[in-house]
Amino acid sequence: MKKLMSFFIAIVAACLLLTVGIKRLESAQGDSSAKTLNLFNWGDYIDPALIKKFEKETGYQVNYETFDSNEAMLTKIQQGGTSYDLAVPSDYTIEKMKKEHLLLPLDKKQIKGLGNIDPSFMNKSFDPDNRYSIPYFWGTLGIIYNDKFVKADQIQHWRDLWNPEFAHSIMLVDSARDILGFSLVKNGDSMNTRSRAQVTRAKDDLDKLAPNVKAIVADEIKMYMIQNEAKIAVTWSGEASEMLSNNSHLHYVVPTEGSNLWFDNLVIPKTAKHFKAIYAFLNFMLRPENAKQNALYVGYATPNDKAKALLPKDVRNDKQFYPPTDTIGKLQVYEDLGLKTVGMYNDLFLEFKMHRS
Amino acid sequence: MQRKNRLGRVYLVIVFLVLYLPILYLIYFSFSSGSTMNTFKNFTWANYRTLFADTRLIQIVLQTLLLALLSSLIATVVGTMGALGIAASKRTSTRNLMLSLNNVLMVSPDVIIGASFLILFTMLGISLGFGSVLASHIAFSIPIVVLMVLPRIQEMDHALIDAAYDLGASAPQVLNRVILPFITPGIVAGYFMAFTYSLDDFAVTFFVTGNGFATLSVEIYSRARQGISLEINALSALMFVFALLLVLIYFFIQVHQSNRTKRNKQKARNAA
Amino acid sequence: MNTTAKRIYYIPYMLWILLFVIAPVALIVYQSFFNLDHQATIQNYVTYLTSSTYLRMTLNSFWYAFLITLFTVLISYPAALFLNQLKHKDFWLLLIILPTWINLLLKAYAFIGIFAQNGSVNQFLGFIGIGPKQILFTDFSFIFVATYIEIPFMILPIYNAIAEIDPALLTASRDLGATNWQTLIRVILPLTRKGITAGVQAVFIPSLSLFMLTRLIGGNRVITLGTAIEEHFLTTMNWGMGSTIGVVLIIMMFISMALTGEHKRKRKEIDTGATKE
Repeated sequence: MKKLMSFFIAIVAACLLLTVGIKRLESAQGDSSAKTLNLFNWGDYIDPALIKKFEKETGYQVNYETFDSNEAMLTKIQQGGTSYDLAVPSDYTIEKMKKEHLLLPLDKKQIKGLGNIDPSFMNKSFDPDNRYSIPYFWGTLGIIYNDKFVKADQIQHWRDLWNPEFAHSIMLVDSARDILGFSLVKNGDSMNTRSRAQVTRAKDDLDKLAPNVKAIVADEIKMYMIQNEAKIAVTWSGEASEMLSNNSHLHYVVPTEGSNLWFDNLVIPKTAKHFKAIYAFLNFMLRPENAKQNALYVGYATPNDKAKALLPKDVRNDKQFYPPTDTIGKLQVYEDLGLKTVGMYNDLFLEFKMHRS
Repeated sequence: MQRKNRLGRVYLVIVFLVLYLPILYLIYFSFSSGSTMNTFKNFTWANYRTLFADTRLIQIVLQTLLLALLSSLIATVVGTMGALGIAASKRTSTRNLMLSLNNVLMVSPDVIIGASFLILFTMLGISLGFGSVLASHIAFSIPIVVLMVLPRIQEMDHALIDAAYDLGASAPQVLNRVILPFITPGIVAGYFMAFTYSLDDFAVTFFVTGNGFATLSVEIYSRARQGISLEINALSALMFVFALLLVLIYFFIQVHQSNRTKRNKQKARNAA
Repeated sequence: MNTTAKRIYYIPYMLWILLFVIAPVALIVYQSFFNLDHQATIQNYVTYLTSSTYLRMTLNSFWYAFLITLFTVLISYPAALFLNQLKHKDFWLLLIILPTWINLLLKAYAFIGIFAQNGSVNQFLGFIGIGPKQILFTDFSFIFVATYIEIPFMILPIYNAIAEIDPALLTASRDLGATNWQTLIRVILPLTRKGITAGVQAVFIPSLSLFMLTRLIGGNRVITLGTAIEEHFLTTMNWGMGSTIGVVLIIMMFISMALTGEHKRKRKEIDTGATKE
C-alpha cells in the first residue's frame, strides 16, 4: 500500500510541475485572451516566423490548431465547440461547406490586397466571385518519375502508366477521386463525371493497371520516392516539391491532356468570433513579402502574383510547379459531387484496392 | 537449468534488439543534416536547436505529458474499483456481461470512438478543450486497466480475505491492507498501459480537442502532409532518453533499497 | 464486505460504462440504421451481408488478426518467462514498455526506412550475397510490424500471471521428478491461462480494426474492417455504413469474449469466495 501511495503521489507531483511549466510558457507567449485568433490549418502549413511577426505587429495572439484531412476538419466545424476564426479547406470542401451553410461571406471592403492574387485563380466554380474564400496555395496532380529507372519521354501522359515495362513499380496516392480521376482523363471523360458507366470504365482500366501498381499509400509516398523505392508515383505537386528537393533524380510531370487543379483557400467558418483579428490576418497574409516568405517556407505554389515575382528565379520559372498557362487551361477543379456520387467513387476505388489483394 | 538460462538470455537480447531497433534508427537520424530518414548526411545538432526554439512544440509536449499522467491516474483508480466490483459480482453471466461492456471501447476503432464522443460532448454542451480530451482519455484507458487488474484479483486466495475478516478487520481495512497490496503489480501495469494508450492516441484526441489545446500525436499526424521534419526525431530522442533516465533512477532506488533491507536483516541477525 | 461499501466504489465505474460505453454504442447502433439521405433503413446491413467486398474484408481481417495474435503469443510467452527469471525483473519489464511511448507514426516511418529497397535490411541481404528482396508491402512486413506493436501489450499480462505463481509449486513439481518442459506444460501454462486470455483480448480485438499500418507498411495490399470504417467516417462521410461495420465489430467482440471468457465449471470456486461476506 505504501508503495502504491508513493507511486501515485509522485505522479501528482509531476502533474503539478507540468502545470507550472505550461503556465510559464503560456505567459511567456503573452496572453490577453480578448485579442486572439483561432487558426485551423494543416500541420506546419505556415511559416511560424510569420505568426510571430503578425502577433508582434498587431498584438493579437494566434492559436494554431491543426487537422490532417478536409473531412476531419469539416466534422469538427459542423459540431462546433471551438470558435475557429479561419480555416484552410481545399476546393471541393469549400463548396460542400458552402452548401451546408458553414461559411460566412467575406467582407471585401475590409480586405486589402486581393488584387495581388492572380485573376486566373479567382472566381473558380467552387466559389464564384470568391464570396467566401481567398486562395492560399494551389497545385496540381501529376506523375513523378525517377530518372535512374525511367526516361523522360517514356512517361509524359496518363496512358504511359499502363506500359507493361513498369510492372510492379508505380505508387498511387490513396485518394479515390484522384486515381479514378486520371483514369477518367485518359478516357477523355471529365474528372467530375457523375456517370456510373464512365467511372466503372475508369475502374476497369485501373484493374488492368494493377500489375504495375506497387502500393497505394498516402503522405509517406514522399519518403518512398526519396528512397528510390519505386520508379513512378502519382501524387500532388505539393508533395512532389518536397521530394524533388531531397532527391535530384526525381522529376514531376503534369500530363498535357489534363489533370486536377487544387486549391487550399482561407475561409471564415460560421464558428468565427474575432472578426477584427480575422481581417488583420487576411490582409497580413495577402502582403507580397509575407506571401513570398510563406511560399518559401511551405514549398507550395503561391497564387499571389506579386509574391511570385519576389521569389528566386529558379523557383518562379520552374515549369513543374508553375506550369504554362495553356496547361493550366486544361486542368479541372474538383466539384463537390454530393455524398452519393462520392460514395460511388469510393466503393469502386475500394473494389480496385481489393482486386489487388 | 544453466544452459536454459543462457538460451533465455540470448532470446531476451534478440527481443530487446528488435523492440529498440526502430527507435535507435529514429535517434540516429535526429543527428542528420538531411531532411528525411533516408540517407544520413552530416552530423549536426541543428535539429535539436530548432526544437528548443520551437516553444509551441515544447508546450504541446508538456500538455501531452500532463494529460497522459493525469488521465491514466484517474483511469487507474476508476478501473481498479471497477475490477474489484466485477470480481465481487456473484453471477458468472453478470461478470461476463460487464467484461464485454468493458471491452467495447477496445474493439471500436478510434475514429468511431472519437466521432461518437464528439457528438456526445456537443449534446451535453461540454466545451471542447483540455477537459473533454482528459475525459475521453480516461474513458478509453479504463478498459485496459480492468484487464490488467482483474486477473490479479481473481488469482487472490480468498482464504486470505476470510482470515482478515475473521480477525475482525473492517471492509476498508481489508481493502487497504490485504487486497490492494496484493494487486499492486496489476495496478501499476494498468497504469503504464493506460499511459501508453494516452500518449499514442491520435484519432480520439483530434475529434474531441478544441480551443487551442493540442497533443503531440495530433501535431505529428497533421504535419505528415508537408513531411515530418527531423525536429520531431530530435524530440522523440529526447523524450526517450528522459524516460530511460527515469527508469534507470527507479532501478537504482530499487537496488539501493533492497541492499539496505538486506543489510538491515544482516544487522538484525548479528544483533541477535 | 458489506454491499453498500461495494456499491460506492462501483459507482464511478458504472457511471463510466453508462456515459462512455452504453451511450456511444447506442449512438453507433442508432446511426447504423440511417442511409445518406437520413432515412431510417436496414439497407446498410443488407449491403454488408450481401456484398462480397465486405465479406472478403471481414475474412481478411479475421485471418490477419489471428496470425498477429498467434505470433505475438509465441514471441511474448517465452519472453515473459525468461524475464521472470531475471534479477530486477521490474526494471526489465519497464524497458519492454518504454518503446511504446514513441509515436506510432514515427516508428512506422522508421520501419519503412529499415525495410525499404535500399534500407538497412536489404543492404545486409546484399552484403551476405542474397541480394535485395521486396520486403515492404508484403504480408510478412505487415504482420511483422503489427506484431512488433502488440508485443508489449501481450508480455505484460503474461508476465504478471507468471510472477504470481507460487515458487513452491515449481519446486514441488521438480521434486516430483518433472523435467523443466513438463513443469512448463503441466504447471506454469495452466496457471497462466488468465494472463494469456487477457493478452489475447488486448491484442486480437484491436488487431481486427488496424488501419494505419495496413496503408503505411502494407501499402493497402491488406484491407481490414478498420480501413473501411476509417474511409466511411473520414472520406465518404457515410457514417451509417461506417457505424454498421462498427456494430459488426462489437458483435464479434462479444462473441470472442464469450469464447475466451470464464466458463460455468469455474463458477463454484469463485462463488465460494464471493459469498462469504
